[in-house]
Amino acid sequence: MASPANTIRQWLDERFPLDDIKALAQKKKVPVHRYSYWYFLGGMTLFLFGVQVLTGALLLMYYRPGADEAFESVQFIMTQVQFGWLIRSVHSWSANLLVFMAFAHLFSVLFLKSYRKPRELTWVSGVLLLFLMLGFGFSGYLLPWNTLSYFATKVGTEIPAQIPIIGRPVLLFLRGGEDITGSTLTRLYGFHVAILPAVATLLIGVHLALIQWFGMSVPPGVEAEWQARPEGKREIRFFPNFVLRELMAWYVALGLLGALAALFPWSLGVKADPFASAPAGIKPEWYFLSMFQTLKLIPAKLLGMDGEMLGILAFGVIGGAALLLPFLDREKPFNTRRWIPGLACVFLGYMTVMTVYGWVAK
Amino acid sequence: MAALLVCSGLMAFAQTKNSCLDCHSNLPEPLGVSAETYSQNIHAQKGLTCAACHGGDASTDDPEKAMSRAAGWKGKIERKQVPELCASCHADAERMKKYNPSLRVDQFQQYKTSVHGMKWAKGDSKVAVCTDCHGVHDLRAPSDPRSTVHPTNIATTCSHCHADAEYMKPYGIKTDQFANYEQSVHHDAMVVRGDLSAPTCTTCHGNHGATPPGVANVTAVCSNCHVFQAQLFATSPHKDAFAALGLPGCVTCHSNHAIKHPTDEMIGTGPKAVCTNCHTAGDAGATQAEAMHNQLTELAAAIAASDELLGRAERQGMEVSQAKLQAAQAREALLKARVTVHAFRDSELKRDTDAGLAVTRQTHAAGEKAMEEWKFRRVGLGLSVVAIAIALVGLGLYVRNLEQQ
Repeated sequence: MASPANTIRQWLDERFPLDDIKALAQKKKVPVHRYSYWYFLGGMTLFLFGVQVLTGALLLMYYRPGADEAFESVQFIMTQVQFGWLIRSVHSWSANLLVFMAFAHLFSVLFLKSYRKPRELTWVSGVLLLFLMLGFGFSGYLLPWNTLSYFATKVGTEIPAQIPIIGRPVLLFLRGGEDITGSTLTRLYGFHVAILPAVATLLIGVHLALIQWFGMSVPPGVEAEWQARPEGKREIRFFPNFVLRELMAWYVALGLLGALAALFPWSLGVKADPFASAPAGIKPEWYFLSMFQTLKLIPAKLLGMDGEMLGILAFGVIGGAALLLPFLDREKPFNTRRWIPGLACVFLGYMTVMTVYGWVAK
Repeated sequence: MAALLVCSGLMAFAQTKNSCLDCHSNLPEPLGVSAETYSQNIHAQKGLTCAACHGGDASTDDPEKAMSRAAGWKGKIERKQVPELCASCHADAERMKKYNPSLRVDQFQQYKTSVHGMKWAKGDSKVAVCTDCHGVHDLRAPSDPRSTVHPTNIATTCSHCHADAEYMKPYGIKTDQFANYEQSVHHDAMVVRGDLSAPTCTTCHGNHGATPPGVANVTAVCSNCHVFQAQLFATSPHKDAFAALGLPGCVTCHSNHAIKHPTDEMIGTGPKAVCTNCHTAGDAGATQAEAMHNQLTELAAAIAASDELLGRAERQGMEVSQAKLQAAQAREALLKARVTVHAFRDSELKRDTDAGLAVTRQTHAAGEKAMEEWKFRRVGLGLSVVAIAIALVGLGLYVRNLEQQ
């Protein structure tokens, strides 16, 4: 007599290609070499995005967007809702870890040259996802409607206003008016919980599908070694071996998130007062600090142009170059392939120094 | 703005010829007056010359003509002539309108009612006349922080005479007022905190009509600022009792010049209590005072305990902002109770302290709940870490076993 589990499984097999998917997952191999541990960063980023979706959905049950309600509703979540403090703190900490992990994943892919043909679109979708994560961070920052988030958003929305021609329309679009008001809050809320998640889900789908399609990239050095000595090539099954290892990394991330939330609960701050003057030393989130500090240090006039505008244009060029990196990686005409790792190192060092400088600067 | 005022003053000064300075700016004291000193004089800034007070003709360069008795030159102004000389302009409403329409013109009338003025009228040449307080050639507007009669400088100006034991000897009055005032809460507010509305000598004694407040009107003087305290005192049993004993209201307990920041220790029967100056332990007044002291200290202690607990919870990252906001109500209740003390009825005070205590019970409970929650989180974190560690070890062993197969 068939057990109930077998009956259900048989019923599912007839209607859903579960065995085919399982066979595909078991067939799929993951290369094992001295850089394999970098493969886990993408999975960690995906896990943290999942945490964001889950905790964000729970927060939505109590959060009320609006200048008169937002702060109070977050306060209610933190003080009255059972485990509300944990959900909100995990959401905030996870957001920061997610951005950190996304950057780490990007640079690991860059230094391992995993963006090479035929994975150009995987890279492009990944960079677009990083931009989306920064958008999540920016739009979510204002939602608690506290003093810090209010003034940081005010400064943040003023930056694109420096762009010629489109600057002011962009500012009005982001703010929903001249100033940061309840309209800005509902607008950014809309971006944070509807538009960005929809686009991100689509892009993650594309990104994952491309990874599954092309498999894991092997760094050029390792590839050359394996070609020279095929017997040295090692692989493990994607399922269950790699998935279980990834699961271990997710557990570590979960423990870290829980510890951060319990030991350092995310502060609520003081309710934003639009009529109060900005507190001294207002700063954006750490992942915008390097850009913020650069704009602070840049001279008012540079090369006969507005310094701040020039800085913003430079960020735009760097962002564009990052997006199109696989297409810029060429041997001719300037042998950029040789320069890219060095330039990336300099850029990473600059970002790190400016972030630390922005953090400690008054 | 200040530069503009100085410039406009200098322009006015430059427009009116003042030949006296040609010589006197080069003479030593007491005849010398530097051009810089005189340029900062409010009178010079209004276009007046030395001749306005000293007579003579400041428009001529000939010293004989400038200092001609025929031209009305008076030379040095005697002290006894100063009040009337100043009043010749400052009591003339028509003339003063040209310079400052809002300036009062009753200073001389007031001066004549003051102790200074009355003694001056009797021929006492040592008492203060206008120039003793306002200065002479460097006389500035009272609003100028460098003026000797600017609120922050008044006490020092008064102390020039009133803290000089030798000078005050003939009058038989104390000379410790300034030393006492310097230790007072009023001096602290005025000089340390820069609160120009804080009281200085003239706030209580008057300026041109300066007189020591009598026993009957001390409360009236203090009540100009301390309105509620005075109203409550007027309904208290102390009002009639003090009047019967000839005690001057507020200063009986708070002193006059050395008014210290009041503390809860002032009431009751403790070593710092002022009640025991009149009451003896066990009498009805002392019992009431002790009860009031206990009510105040109980509320203050409850607030401190609640604040400490909420602060501890906050430092642990707990969200207690609502409770902290509520704690402000308890502090307001204590503040109100410290005012209500002046009714000297423990039943009335109890209403305020009970209201504050009710709030502290709630805030303390909120603090305790936050600390319990914090402990719960710690335990929860510990258990989660253990569970995750077990899962990790299990997974690790499973993966190793899988790969060995």
